[in-house]
Amino acid sequence: MSEALLSQKLVGDRLELTARGLWTAPHAAELEAEINRITGGSAGAKSEKTTDVAIDMAGVRELDTFGAWLLERLTRQWTNVGRDAVVTGLPQHGADLVEEMHGVNREAPPRPEHKNPIVSFLAAIGRGTTGFAGSFHTFAQMLGETGIAAARVLFRPSEYRLTSTVHQFDRVALQAVPIIVLITFLIGAIVAQQGIFHFRKFGAELYAVDLVGILVLREIGVLIVAIMVAGRSGSSYTAELGSMKMREELDALRTMGFDPVEVLVLPRIIVLIIAMPALTFLGSMAALYGGGLVAWLYGGISPDIYIARLTEAISLTHFSVGMIKAPFMGLVIGLVACAEGLRVKGSAESLGIQTTKSVVESIFLVIVLDGLFAIFFASIGM
Amino acid sequence: MSDKTPVIKVRDLVVGFGAQTVLDHLDMDVRPSEILGVVGASGAGKSVLLRTIIGLIPRRQGTIEVLGKDFERVGEEERRALERRWGVLFQQGALFSSLTVKQNIQFPMRENLEISQRLMDEMAFAKLEMVGLSPRDGDKFPSELSGGMTKRVALARALALDPEIVFLDEPTSGLDPISAGDFDELIRTLQQTLGITVFMVTHDLESLYTACDRIAVLADGKLAAEGPISAMLESEHPWVKTYFQGKRGSNLADRELVQ
Repeated sequence: MSEALLSQKLVGDRLELTARGLWTAPHAAELEAEINRITGGSAGAKSEKTTDVAIDMAGVRELDTFGAWLLERLTRQWTNVGRDAVVTGLPQHGADLVEEMHGVNREAPPRPEHKNPIVSFLAAIGRGTTGFAGSFHTFAQMLGETGIAAARVLFRPSEYRLTSTVHQFDRVALQAVPIIVLITFLIGAIVAQQGIFHFRKFGAELYAVDLVGILVLREIGVLIVAIMVAGRSGSSYTAELGSMKMREELDALRTMGFDPVEVLVLPRIIVLIIAMPALTFLGSMAALYGGGLVAWLYGGISPDIYIARLTEAISLTHFSVGMIKAPFMGLVIGLVACAEGLRVKGSAESLGIQTTKSVVESIFLVIVLDGLFAIFFASIGM
Repeated sequence: MSDKTPVIKVRDLVVGFGAQTVLDHLDMDVRPSEILGVVGASGAGKSVLLRTIIGLIPRRQGTIEVLGKDFERVGEEERRALERRWGVLFQQGALFSSLTVKQNIQFPMRENLEISQRLMDEMAFAKLEMVGLSPRDGDKFPSELSGGMTKRVALARALALDPEIVFLDEPTSGLDPISAGDFDELIRTLQQTLGITVFMVTHDLESLYTACDRIAVLADGKLAAEGPISAMLESEHPWVKTYFQGKRGSNLADRELVQ
């Protein structure tokens, strides 16, 4: 725009402003700048020289709420200090708009409080700590509620949701088989390769088989599977339950006399308790297979020797240690995922936050649990 | 633009999904500065028509000219400019749930205008007051709002850039009759002060009587009737007859006549 939207002229002690052009949203930025220049300059409201102001709006071709508000803001500069501001030449439609704007922004908007950074830092730490305690609380609560629901179902087995369980089992266990087998196969192969590579320096390649066997059966098999399940199924549980909560589906269930924990949570957790050992077994076998393949191709250990060495190195105890841990990890993942899902609030953002929390917390708890089991098994000599 | 030229001109519009045809060779005009109410049975394609006009649903055939331009035939730049000239109020409000009320209203301003934060704040509060809310509501999140407030905030956001056309998809659904009545009045007032054109899809007979200048009835994928409320009451089209002269409709009509 070449023409100025607002021009000023000082007549005696009276400031005369002439407005022109388009006072609309696309030009609001220039208009605001011009108004600031005039009110901030020597002829502005705070100046002693001018007593009042006259604004001629006849040259304005278009006026919208942006223009009307800026005009209102301009006149308020004078009226607020008790001087006169006269607006002339407004078309009818524009006058309505200015009238509408006359009442707005009268009360000061609530100012965001400026907080002391040290205080807010301490507050954040405090909130984080109580939040951590809070998640432990919801976890314990979910454990209790699931226990009660399980006990109820035990007395009235006909009420158990078998169809839902089968459907969930298909999603969580069967459909997870390919990816879990692939990942554990690769991990087994990598462990074997590393073992052979480093043990070769001592001429002890054969001990790589012991390494693979014990590590996979006791720790890696179950841990990798638990982490995969937490990322794959735990997150989907949280997102599912969370969006059901957002859409009031859980409230609907409750009003029909169903307990959401019994209908939605219990089948999901039971499925995880069953699926984890099954997937751990498959995963461990795949890892041993991968290790054997690498031992043969890379380490020159033939399958016969690999299997013979494996039989010597591992016992049923090692296998049981891994398998005993699996259902507990399934339980923890399921509880965390469902508890976080039920904590989702109204916004899409909160769904994202809870899903992240669900995965992070369940992986953390799985590793803590693994450590506790390690102490336990060591003390009973397994 | 002269008063004769329609703001929205729909010609020979065909829209469908799969084997189903929802809008079948539909013609329609929306005149400047009027409030047009679009009614029809559930599933008649009212929302589909609205969403097709604003370009959310592809059309199979026909032309739609909004403010003299068919956005399927103009470039990206011009299309964006055109989109800035209308505001849409979605049925569920469609507020961004991770932004506060104030940020929701400022979102279109921030993206399209290069104005100062101060002016943006003032405009957001002004819009909030125009739709009957208090500036104190500006820091709330959409999940903390009631149904009526959500609709008002959504309307404030639709009006953020001072559009020439506002599309409203069932603005009063889910509101109690008093809030719905207030909302109708609000739309009427805003339309008069801002001089905007309103395209309103509705089920609410009350809105049709109090807010709308003209009514368009959709049936069988076509416009079954078009005109002011008096024309609707005289229409012989079976659906229009049942709708306006049925139990609920005729009660209202009597009341209007008494008044």
